[in-house]
Amino acid sequence: MQTLARQRYHRLTPLLLVLGLLALITGVATIIAPPPATANTEASAQDVEAGQKLFAANCASCHGLDARGQAGVAPSLHGVGAASVDFQVGTGRMPMQASGPQAMAKAPQFGEKEIAQLAAYVASLGAGPSIPTAEQVDGSLGDATNGMLLYRNNCAMCHGSVGGGGALTEGKFAPGLWETTPTHIYEAMLTGPQSMPVFNEANITPEGKRDIIAYLEAQRGGSPGGLGLGAIGPVSEGLWAWLIGIGLIVGITVWVGARSS
Amino acid sequence: MTTSPSASKVNRAAGATANFVDERTSIAGFVKYFSRKLFPDHWSFMLGEVALYSFIILLISGVFLTAFFIPAVTPVHYEGTFETMAGVEMSEAYASTLHMSFEVPGGLLMRQIHHWAALIFTASIMVHMARVFFTGAFRKPREINWLVGFTLMILSLAAGFTGYSLPDDVLSGNGLRIIEGIVRSIPIVGSYISYGLFGGEFPGEALIPRLFTAHILLVPALILGLIALHLFLVFLHKHTQYPGGGRTHKNVVGLPLFPVYTAKAGGFFFVVFGVIALMASVLTINPVWNYGPYDPSPVSAGTQPDWYILWIDGLLRVMPGFPEYVIGGYTLSLNVLIPAVVVPGLFFGFLALYPWIEQWATGDRTEKHVLDRPRNVPVRTGIGVALIVFYVILVIEGSNDIVATLFHLSINDITWFIRFAVFILPVVAFWITKRICLGLQRKDRELVLHGHETGRIVRHESGEYVEVHEPLTDQEIWIRVSYDNHKPLVLEPETNEFGVRRRWYRWSRFKQAVSRFYYEDRVEPVTPAELEAARSSHH
Repeated sequence: MQTLARQRYHRLTPLLLVLGLLALITGVATIIAPPPATANTEASAQDVEAGQKLFAANCASCHGLDARGQAGVAPSLHGVGAASVDFQVGTGRMPMQASGPQAMAKAPQFGEKEIAQLAAYVASLGAGPSIPTAEQVDGSLGDATNGMLLYRNNCAMCHGSVGGGGALTEGKFAPGLWETTPTHIYEAMLTGPQSMPVFNEANITPEGKRDIIAYLEAQRGGSPGGLGLGAIGPVSEGLWAWLIGIGLIVGITVWVGARSS
Repeated sequence: MTTSPSASKVNRAAGATANFVDERTSIAGFVKYFSRKLFPDHWSFMLGEVALYSFIILLISGVFLTAFFIPAVTPVHYEGTFETMAGVEMSEAYASTLHMSFEVPGGLLMRQIHHWAALIFTASIMVHMARVFFTGAFRKPREINWLVGFTLMILSLAAGFTGYSLPDDVLSGNGLRIIEGIVRSIPIVGSYISYGLFGGEFPGEALIPRLFTAHILLVPALILGLIALHLFLVFLHKHTQYPGGGRTHKNVVGLPLFPVYTAKAGGFFFVVFGVIALMASVLTINPVWNYGPYDPSPVSAGTQPDWYILWIDGLLRVMPGFPEYVIGGYTLSLNVLIPAVVVPGLFFGFLALYPWIEQWATGDRTEKHVLDRPRNVPVRTGIGVALIVFYVILVIEGSNDIVATLFHLSINDITWFIRFAVFILPVVAFWITKRICLGLQRKDRELVLHGHETGRIVRHESGEYVEVHEPLTDQEIWIRVSYDNHKPLVLEPETNEFGVRRRWYRWSRFKQAVSRFYYEDRVEPVTPAELEAARSSHH
């Protein structure tokens, strides 16, 4: 048996197999992995064309075939840029599920390729902010302390002290930011979706935006004090004090009282 | 029974020590008196204890915190371990709070114990107060003790608020800014009070040290003194008891303080401590590191006071903004004055004076040591529920932004709803509660007269079917019939027999109106004659 086996396989076969497997995995990964964000800056004419088709089929009923919008229904998309499309479609806010106080986030309706094509089409309508590069949104390169100071002055009044979210007028709200991807956070600041103001590059520099992302990412490790209770401030603390604290204590009191009588 | 030599040695040592102390202080008489003092037993009598124990926990944890807190607003640059604060300029007060949270071993746990205990302290005071209110434990001779308890409640709010404001983070600074606005809304003297309080323009440098003195010395000393008075009066008046066989306004039926209640109370302290420690070790409270050092410009969403002040925030939020007038160059901010000063003043004033208001209605000046079952005083119970509903609605309004996001509602709609609800719902709650109480009283009458249903159907020889009712035991009857049957006061005529107008006629008329409001609708307790008649007519 052993001699037979030696004849059949070369000594280096296992090594070759491992190397081959590695090559296969990396190859597949390269194909599956999204192209780096920088690739988006150069959109091909085919992308624009495909994007226009997607737009006509999915967006034009509100935004119009020429993407100039309809008064009272949907805004014009000329000049909103690729960043806006990537945010709105990438977070599932567009196409809008139902009209309401504000468009709700949901699972995105399109894959990355389609979103890129839509973005390419809208970007071709007029100059606007483009999708940030991976480096621009890399929180590990940012300064979380400066991010805290910027966040407190610009974001906390709506999104809460650490991004738990908060209410706006007439049923609108600022969403929580703990699940939002760094790219979408950056794009939201850049384009000011819905009720959100635009924080352009002069208002908060690209480095500042990255610092804010770093600060928000620092909040995702949990609270040093235990469960965070939603990080929405003293209201939830009061609720827990009554539900758990007074609830448990009064429950025990009744139990002790019942035992004695 | 044999006693081991070591046990007898311990006994001898204990006896000798007790003797030593007694010979020098004559304390044996006191110990004997107190240890034999009787207390009635009921779970609801332990609610006040919760407040006492959480206060003790506050004192102990507070002493720990004062060892590390620096009550100064001197600016420093943060050099501690919390990453997102590295190098940030902040006050020493805030820096020391971060230091005790992240670098002092056990510091964060102590801070959280202290804060959770504060929330439990205020909450248990209100629960205890509600128990006293609904059972009528504030009646003569306990009106003064009601006032002492009321003052303790107000002091607990003061203790809570001064503590909330100490760490000098954005949240506490915003709270102080609102207090400053409220103080300034008081006509004429408001600005002067504000300048005096803050030592100049807000925020200034004087306030944190002043709050610190108030928080660790002035307010706790007052609370401690009043707790002593509160408990002394409980001993003096003897504890109230629920109605039951053999219990009258002239006796106390219960168990001795030693050993029953000393063991129970000692154990209960650890129950309260355990619950607070459990919460403090699992749940984050007041994460000051999230809010950042105080700076007057940022206000984050979810900026609210602790729950016990939330209803005043609710009043401010529910108030329309228009009533602001400029008279001769001076601003009169009724939009702040009414919700933040006038309404809380009326609310607390009503609570403080309640024992006397009810006394006008009853005209009853005898001592009451047996508690009321809430159903037997429908109007008082209705008023209590209405006050709670009023309070809770305002707490909801105070958290309207949280409610709006949680339930996907419009914050404007919530506010408009509450603008009406705050007037309507307490009245509805009063009416429903009063009706339920009257219904329960009727059910009690029915039970006393006809007994419990047994479900046993008997057919008589004549062919008639009846259900057998089991008569109540004496104990059950006692509970249901032994209550004060107050009737509306009878108003004497305006003029006496000589045609001279009586003095205090208008005041009597007011008292009579209050009395009618209280006792016009009532269910009379079953009289012995009625009971006898019902029993003899039974099959």
